Amino acid sequence: MPSLDDLRKRITSVKSTQKITKAMKMVAAAKLRKAQENAEKGRPYSEKMNNVILNLSKSITDKENAPKLLVGTGEEKVHLCIVLTADRGLCGGFNTNIIKKAKSYFEKTISENKTLKIITVGSKGYDQLKRQYKSYIVENISFKESKNINYFDADKVGKIIIEKFEKNEFDVCAIFYNKFKNVITQIPQEQQIVPLNEVKDDKDDSGNDNDYEFEPDEDEILSNLLPKNISTQIFKAMLENSASEQGSRMTAMDNATRNAGELVDRLTIEYNRSRQAAITKELIEIISGAESL
Amino acid sequence: MSNLFNIDIVNPEQSFLSKDNVFEVVIPAVEGEIGILKDHIPIISFLKPGIIRVFSESEEQSFYVEDGIVEFKDNTLSVLTSSIFDLKDADKNFVSESISSAEAELSKDNIDDQKRFLLNHKVEVLKSISIN
Repeated sequence: MPSLDDLRKRITSVKSTQKITKAMKMVAAAKLRKAQENAEKGRPYSEKMNNVILNLSKSITDKENAPKLLVGTGEEKVHLCIVLTADRGLCGGFNTNIIKKAKSYFEKTISENKTLKIITVGSKGYDQLKRQYKSYIVENISFKESKNINYFDADKVGKIIIEKFEKNEFDVCAIFYNKFKNVITQIPQEQQIVPLNEVKDDKDDSGNDNDYEFEPDEDEILSNLLPKNISTQIFKAMLENSASEQGSRMTAMDNATRNAGELVDRLTIEYNRSRQAAITKELIEIISGAESL
Repeated sequence: MSNLFNIDIVNPEQSFLSKDNVFEVVIPAVEGEIGILKDHIPIISFLKPGIIRVFSESEEQSFYVEDGIVEFKDNTLSVLTSSIFDLKDADKNFVSESISSAEAELSKDNIDDQKRFLLNHKVEVLKSISIN
């Protein structure tokens, strides 16, 4: 049985932990709002980009000579995986969920005897993957210094991917990130960006009224546009990721605060009981001492 | 009948400009400047460094862009660009920095003609900004 003093110390320490988690939760909530706003602001760009590519790929008649970034190299031997994670921990299952998703993809790729290459973005992903997949990791990028997510960073990653593609270092490229659904739910995503999966067309084909004039021709525009699209997709993933990270941290810290509260309650009861027990014991000693007189 | 149409300029971070009362926009497309009026046929093109001029009823705005894609459709002009700023709040330091970095790039040997052309053009445009 812990002494009264021990109990008192534990209660204070749990209480101060609770203060920290509470503060972290507040910070995450504030950051979440901003991250969410940013993610929303960034949406029109990627939507429009998608639209343009959709219109362009519709009008490409010569499928065989289409840019390789769109149709692929015709093989799928080498898979490049971009794993986007956070730079900081204490955010619940956020990083682990992405890693789990990525790992199942890795296992599948390896079991099919394909070559696997990994680029990690964010230090937590690298930390978790380096033990098992060290030999596959070709690059490890971290944007710890950048305060905000900016397009410039995403563009850097995009350029690395393009460079590798031009050197024929991979055939298929997929990115892994968490999609922000709401504060409690983040869905780990796997998205193939090279070759571009058939762009989804939700609107039904409304005839040929979308006959565009292209200047210069379609091919040239596409080959200029596709690299940009990769950066855009990465940027989108980074925005989603940052909103998810804050959301996930907020929930995790909220839970931690609540758990700490429960712990304090339990410890307080235990403390009071043993204090009462000590008092009763003393009383009994006094009374029996008086009786014996 | 009005002769106005919409313009949306978006960059990856946010929607930069959105107006529905412009009557002419001049964009620096790769193969030369294009002036766009209402009911232009649908067009997709991409930009070279230059000035976008937006004429609306009340005012005229100019923006510097480095690159980007334009799409005109259903009387909406969408400009997607990653680097854009309003000429009115052009930052002198930023402009001169861009010029020197472009010039540094130009002095390298291994650039192709197209890139050289674009860079030369960029320097030219940026210099014209810094004079104003």
